[in-house]
Amino acid sequence: MANKTYSFYPGCSSQGKASSSNYLTSTNSMCQKLGITLNEVPDWNCCGASIGYGGGGELPRVVLSARNLALSEQHNAGQDMVATCAACWLASREAKERLDHSPEMKADANVALKEAGLEYKGQAQARHMVEVLLEDIGMEALQSGVKKPLKGIKFAGYVGCQTNRPFGITGESFENPMYLDNMIEAMGAEAVSNYDQKVTCCGGALAFSEPEKSQKQIKDIIESAYDHGADMIVTPCPLCQANVEIYQGEVNKRYGTKFNIPVTYYSQLITVAYGGTAAEAALGGHLIAPAKLADIANK
Amino acid sequence: MSEMKYHNNFLKEVEERVEEGHMVKMCMQCGVCSGSCPFGPHWAHPPQELFMMIRAGKREEVLSSDSMWMCTSCYQCIVRCPRKLPITHIMHGLAYLSKREGMVPKGQPTAQFGQMFWDNLTKTGRVNELKLSLSLYFKDGFGQGIKNAMAMQSVGLGLMKAGRLNPLEILGGHSIKDKSGFQAMLKKAREIEDTRRKLA
Repeated sequence: MANKTYSFYPGCSSQGKASSSNYLTSTNSMCQKLGITLNEVPDWNCCGASIGYGGGGELPRVVLSARNLALSEQHNAGQDMVATCAACWLASREAKERLDHSPEMKADANVALKEAGLEYKGQAQARHMVEVLLEDIGMEALQSGVKKPLKGIKFAGYVGCQTNRPFGITGESFENPMYLDNMIEAMGAEAVSNYDQKVTCCGGALAFSEPEKSQKQIKDIIESAYDHGADMIVTPCPLCQANVEIYQGEVNKRYGTKFNIPVTYYSQLITVAYGGTAAEAALGGHLIAPAKLADIANK
Repeated sequence: MSEMKYHNNFLKEVEERVEEGHMVKMCMQCGVCSGSCPFGPHWAHPPQELFMMIRAGKREEVLSSDSMWMCTSCYQCIVRCPRKLPITHIMHGLAYLSKREGMVPKGQPTAQFGQMFWDNLTKTGRVNELKLSLSLYFKDGFGQGIKNAMAMQSVGLGLMKAGRLNPLEILGGHSIKDKSGFQAMLKKAREIEDTRRKLA
């Protein structure tokens, strides 16, 4: 398959033994199978996520991303900077948009960056891994490499917020994006149609500070997946994954439900469908084991 | 910041001191933002109402409200707004101004968590998830902290078993190399913003 090279911004949650380390492992496996080379941005820092506004204000938050983009321009010149985390991608792209459209903000950011010996020029693009898969590789090519179709598994494609809004994936709608469903089908599995909680907010960072309000959101997301007969949920976002998976016990206590549904990443689906092992797909990295996916991987 | 200067002109203050505040005057009061918000029922004053209150000069009521802290950053309001107001950012900006003016309601959990998150990431350049969880559990003292940690014990142990939470992070954990350059950069950025927005 195509040999493509990108600058890679994994983000805090994808570090070793962090909350989405299974996303990183499966992304690396997926990229290796697809002929994608990822060059990590040296010394990258946290993007500030969304909740960073509360302590950081605007310019300090923007320079967090400006530093990553400047490092990417300098060390991985000519390569698009690709993020797997929704918040990392959103923060980078938002910062880039503001810096490139406001000469004053760009000048201010560069005064700050000078303290770290860096300069933001605006040469690197900020992209999401899903864009690489859809735009640079394409759904047909993606489908053509499937070795073990994920037959018999029904997935609820939970896109969530920040991979979808405010930028989203070109050509997709904000209210009902179809790419994740198409990706599920391309891997030989079945996608829930009419999954009405596809772009519902899981509470994001407020799952920590406002657990009761957020768990209502999480309950709705899972309930609809069950009601539509899903075996598993799949998502492109590490915070969606964590919130929807790890609070199921809390939701069960609060609402008297008996939820126990695995929540996976698209990178895990692709890795398994491309013949990867359970370890390559990091299927052990779950509180609720994706057993049906592991069965196919172990076949 | 002298309050007198803007005594009767809160809109002008918001335009000058709040992230994307110059767009507030574009609101046409349709209410799509308020109807689209996943936490809509929990806002004492949903965004549309805050915009009108700003224009009506209700500085105290707006900046001491905990409404803005209900924003989950889902961006639903932004993509649906027919006038293209960057509502999410304006809410972040209002919340931040309220914080800098010392007007956040006491104990507002998201304001507290937002500060914890910022302090956590700026220390080493990367988020330490273990310390972040612990600082949240123990924010109301040691006794309550133990209770909170016990209540979330199964989640913590489950994450550790899955290789997604490392108890050794307590000893320092992940970090960038150029911490001093990174922190000097943030200090400078804050100085610039404080001067421009008269936040000092």
